[in-house]
Amino acid sequence: MGIFSSLKESLGTWINRIFKKKRAKIGLYGPPNAGKTTLANRILHDWSDGESFGAASPIPHETRRAMRKEGVVINANGSSIELDIVDTPGMATKVDFKEFMAFGLSEAESKKRAKEATEGVIEAIKWLDDLDGVLLVMDSTEDPYTQVNVVVIGNMEARKLPLLIVANKMDLPNASPARIKAAFPQHAMVPISALEGSNIDNLYQAIAAHFG
Amino acid sequence: MILMREVQMDLISGEKLEKMTSMEKIRLILDKVKNGKIVVLESGLTSDEEVRLIEMTMSEIRVDEFSGIEIESYPSKKEGSFLDRIFGRALKGRMTVIGPANQLRTIEKDKYQISTKVSVGD
Repeated sequence: MGIFSSLKESLGTWINRIFKKKRAKIGLYGPPNAGKTTLANRILHDWSDGESFGAASPIPHETRRAMRKEGVVINANGSSIELDIVDTPGMATKVDFKEFMAFGLSEAESKKRAKEATEGVIEAIKWLDDLDGVLLVMDSTEDPYTQVNVVVIGNMEARKLPLLIVANKMDLPNASPARIKAAFPQHAMVPISALEGSNIDNLYQAIAAHFG
Repeated sequence: MILMREVQMDLISGEKLEKMTSMEKIRLILDKVKNGKIVVLESGLTSDEEVRLIEMTMSEIRVDEFSGIEIESYPSKKEGSFLDRIFGRALKGRMTVIGPANQLRTIEKDKYQISTKVSVGD
């Protein structure tokens, strides 16, 4: 009886391995305003039922709660991967409400946003424990050596989890994905514009190869 | 008369850091930084400790009192040694500078150099 149930279990595992889609829970990380939510919405637009994660905004820390979408199937390069995508709040080492007031928010709104932003960063950190891989979204017009980037990369390396760098905003004139590649040469990097969808197919191929 | 304002900078040796637990290091750093000091860690923090430091910093941010930290270290080296990989030892942190976000400002940073400016409060 024990042998039969064990054989049945092994057979089931093998059938699952052969026929089941590969599945991974990946998080979109990066500093505020790198374009994480814009990219997350682009992925949903291309591969899901048109839902969106939420609004993007020029005001930093627009996303202050992590959001997850399950079962997003991406087909690329003849392979298929099913993703649980977690769009996380922007990671930061400081949050100053005065920064939001410069965007025209009232003092009360700014203070509320600052409080929620700090909670969002903590939530993003907690999610690191529950992921199979990370898409680290960087603004390729900005200096890539921010401590947030260094910390997320160091953390993924320590956990031996796959990481793919997305050099976003390549549509802007002063974008320099090469600077990102030079800063973190040990990791794969795909330049894209999440807003315009440029080079997005290359990203999907890289996602299938990296997390599949 | 010119009034000279000063900022205290504490350089903490790798030897001292090695003897401390992660929580002790994080508490030490945050207490110093919240008191307006600049902290330089000879051997830095592990990536996990850096994440925990950010987490605790976020929980201690208070409007008009403490807006967070500025922290800078070099990116990790590409790989640990062969033995590190065999024994699964974590990569060691690298020299790190940490200060109050409203006083320490990073001017430039690359693989080999970190330039910062320290402003002196009123």
